[in-house]
This record gives sequence, C-alpha cells and structure tokens, in this order.
Amino acid sequence: MIVAGIDVGSKNTHVVVLKHGEVVARVAVPSGFEQEEAARGGVAAAAAAAGITVSDIDYMVATGVGRKAIPFAQHLVTEVAADARGAHALVPEVRTIIDVGADEALAIRVDAAGKVVDFAANEKCAAGAGAFVEAMSRALEVSLTRFGEISLESTKSIPMNAQCTVFAESEVVSLIHSNTSEKDIAKAVHDAMAGRVSAMVRRAGLEEVVVIGGGVAYNVGFVKALKDTLGVRELRVVPDPEYLGSYGAALIAADRAAERA
Amino acid sequence: MIEEKREFWRWTEKIWRADGVDWKDAASVTVGIDVGSVSSQAVVLTDGRLFAFYSTRTGSNSPDSAKKALGGAMEGTDMTIDDVHYVVGTGYGRVNVPFANRAITEIACHARGANFMVGPSVRTILDMGGQDCKVIRCDDKGKVQNFIMNDKCAAGTGRGMEVIADTLGVPIEDIGVRSFDIDDEPEPVSNVCTVFAKSEATALLKAGWSVNRVLAAYCSAMAERVASLIDRVGVEKDFFITGGIAKNSGVVRRIERRIGVEAVKLPADTNLDPQIAGALGAALFAHALLRRQQKAEAAAGAAA
Repeated sequence: MIVAGIDVGSKNTHVVVLKHGEVVARVAVPSGFEQEEAARGGVAAAAAAAGITVSDIDYMVATGVGRKAIPFAQHLVTEVAADARGAHALVPEVRTIIDVGADEALAIRVDAAGKVVDFAANEKCAAGAGAFVEAMSRALEVSLTRFGEISLESTKSIPMNAQCTVFAESEVVSLIHSNTSEKDIAKAVHDAMAGRVSAMVRRAGLEEVVVIGGGVAYNVGFVKALKDTLGVRELRVVPDPEYLGSYGAALIAADRAAERA
Repeated sequence: MIEEKREFWRWTEKIWRADGVDWKDAASVTVGIDVGSVSSQAVVLTDGRLFAFYSTRTGSNSPDSAKKALGGAMEGTDMTIDDVHYVVGTGYGRVNVPFANRAITEIACHARGANFMVGPSVRTILDMGGQDCKVIRCDDKGKVQNFIMNDKCAAGTGRGMEVIADTLGVPIEDIGVRSFDIDDEPEPVSNVCTVFAKSEATALLKAGWSVNRVLAAYCSAMAERVASLIDRVGVEKDFFITGGIAKNSGVVRRIERRIGVEAVKLPADTNLDPQIAGALGAALFAHALLRRQQKAEAAAGAAA
C-alpha cells in the first residue's frame, strides 16, 4: 500500500510518501501563490523519487494552513491532528509537541495514547514564529544557520524591549550601533522568541517528554533558548523536523486506507 | 549607471516660522521638544505664542535628535539655547533631552497641544505615532481623563505604514489619495501583523490587484485595528487626530466611517501641523511652568 501526506504551509509544501509504512520519498517545494499547482508538483516529484507514478498512490491526506486548496487529496486533517500523529509515532512517550514554522507556531499536549488533550496556536503575529528570527538574522546580515550557531557561544542575557518584529529590527540595528557582539545579539533574539513560544506552550500545558518539529527546530540557538526557558530536562528535536506534519498526514492516510481496504 | 534606491517611506521634514516677529521683543522664550521613536519635533513659543517649529526624523540617539529638532527650529534666527527660559521634553526619548528643565509624558502633552489647536471642545484625541497609537480622553482644559495605548505592535502605527510604502513602492504621502482611486472598496487585508500583511499585499499584487486597491485594503485594515482601540475607551466629540498618520486621508476617512464620528480638521490656511501636537503641548507646559516659577520667585523676593 502506498500513501502520501501533504503539508501545505504558508511558505513551503512538504510531501511524504509511505510504502508499507516506510518513508520512501520526501520532498519540499515552495507553496507559492498557486498552492494546488505547487502541491501537484511536489507529489509528482515525490512519486518520481520513490520510483512510482502518482496514480500508484492509494490514498492522500492534506494538512497545513493551505490544505483546503488541495482538491485531489481524499481527506483533510488539521495541523494539530497531523503533528500529534507524527510525533507519537516517532517518540511514543511524547506528551508535549511544539511545532514552529515560518509563519505559525503550535503547541499540542497529548495523552499516553497520543490523543490530543489541548493545544495552543499562534498564526497572527510574526514575533512568535520563524519569520522573527529570519528577519533579525537578515538585519544582522548573518545566515540563519550561523545565526543559530553563534548564539550558543554567548553567555550574556540582553533583554529585548521590542516584541513586534518590525520594532525589533530597529532594536537590533541599534544594538549593532552600540557595538554589541553578533553572538550576544543572536542570543538576545532567540531568548526573546523562546519567551513567546514558551508562553504559548504553557497555554496548552507543559508535560515531559517534550519534542519540537517544524523548520525552526533546525535552529540550534533557538532550541537551546527554548529548552532553557521551558526549564525542561530535555527538548528532543524529531528527525527531519520540517516533515513532521506531512509525515503525520501520511500516517493518517495509511490508517484510513487500511480501514477502507 | 548607479541606480539610486528611492526611499518611499520618507516624509517631508517641516519647518515653520512666524512672519515679522522679532523674538528679541519677547519677555519669554519657551520650548517643547518631542523625541518620538520615529520623528522628533521642536516648538518655540515667544510670550506663549507660536514662533517656530521643526519636524525631523529621529536619529540613533535621543540627545542628538533633540538638538537637531531645536537647531532646525532656530535656524536662521540668531537665537541659541541660552536665550530659552524654559524647556519641556516629551515623547519616548523625553528623559534624554539634554537641556530640558522638565520631562512630561506625551499623553499629557498631546492632550494639551490638541486643546490649543482645536480649542476647549476637544474631548477625544487619537495620536497615531511612529511606533505607537494612543486614544486619549480629556476635559475642556486639555487635562487627561483616561487613555489607552498600543505600543507593542507595528500594526496601526506610522512604522507599519512606512513598511507598506516601501513594499509597494508608493511615496508615503501619496498613499491616502491613491487609496481612494479605486472602483469599489475591497475587503481589508486579513492579516493584522505588519510582517504578514506585507506578504499578503505582495500576494494580492501577484493575483492581479492594482496597487491602489491593495493600498485601500491595507488602509482599511489599519483603520479597523485603530477603531477597535477607540472602541475600548469610547469616543466623545470633538474628536481630533494627531501624529503623522493624521495626514493620511486613506486611514483617517476609513476610521471616521467605521466609528461614525468625523474628526475635526484644521483650517486649510493653518500654520499648525497635527504632527507637532506633542511638542506644542510641551512648549505650552513650559510657558505655564515658567510663569509659575517667576511668580514664586517674585513672591519670595517680596517676602525677603
């Protein structure tokens, strides 16, 4: 049985193809303005990578903010359901799932069976999502990867006054002018964002084991800052974090295809 | 060929001076300086009457911005800081105005300035500043009764408008007029956040919307955001708008439509500018404080 999960994010669309429960292809494409077209392209590329054709796929489940633009999926699920399913499969003892993407962030609390107990989301404000760190690294003219790495070298805690991404850009520029080192600015930025994400996590309820997915989970500086802010023993980054939602959607597709069969 | 990058966000710096007034004839010179997060203004009064003002962009530090604003207002006169009897600083950088005798909050100063500009009938002031937005309720003396403020988020502030001017490549002072050059009023952009609204504006352009229509949708969203702040303290007439966005008809008219109250407009031949309300209020406080100080000194002199 071959199934696919499609996660249509505000920035990128991720596709995961499973064959008998195993991942056989994984593809990310920009969502662009024509989300359906982008998703079709993503599915075709994933099928090609798996050495199959699109018509070989038995069942498709779409998730993400743009899921309603995907008419060719047999079923749609929320990001909460997809993330919970994916994270529980990857880390069965998980209780809290954090997903930080480019434009939105989610915190989900699940029970021992992986069932969703509560969740909180931010999709209204860039300051609580990847867009914030991205804008600050741009202001500092440092690549996003390096921005995360150098932040680990800082031991200072500089509070940022601005919450808004637009205002924080000016604040970063004035920190540069006052000769604050890049690593200290990077840490200040990650600490500030970690504070906001952690407030969202606490709205959903914090319980260990905690995992993080989404593209921002690749940012080592942010993950460290969030772990410290949450005060947890461990904050596990799921494998291939940006595919968490699409992997969960693919697993749901497999469940549904099995039920139907 | 080197192409110069146009700065669409840049607004005109403004200078004004009273004709035919020799400041040396005045018994008192008082100054108000408003160092805001985006713009700084200085207002000079001679014997309590408007003599000069200057509005400029705030630089990287408050003391320099205060000096630049005052320097601009005094330029061409041979007045120096030593000729000034009393200075009140206001705005976000008010504690860093180097030559200030007193610092007073911008809330009090905007109310006082609006009371002077409009008269005692003004009861509600909307101050749309560079990085914040306030709704102030005051009495017939311009004394603050209540206020509410958003200073956390760029949506509904001058900075938010500057970002969109740059994104769409429209000079900021043209936005108001152009936002009405459309066939029918579109729905407001759905995102409140300036960062997300910027992406939405780009997406709307790619979807074939005209620049003017996107401007209308953006002004409308900003008006909605500000109106919901006004709703929280309520609006009582007369209603007056201060700050830079007071000059953006695209936002002002949509706010008026939404709250059902028209804002008082200054006469076309006015010397006043809604952007100087804070500095003007500060200068009026400086004048009152100077007189109080002089009276106290006179009383002390008489007693001795």
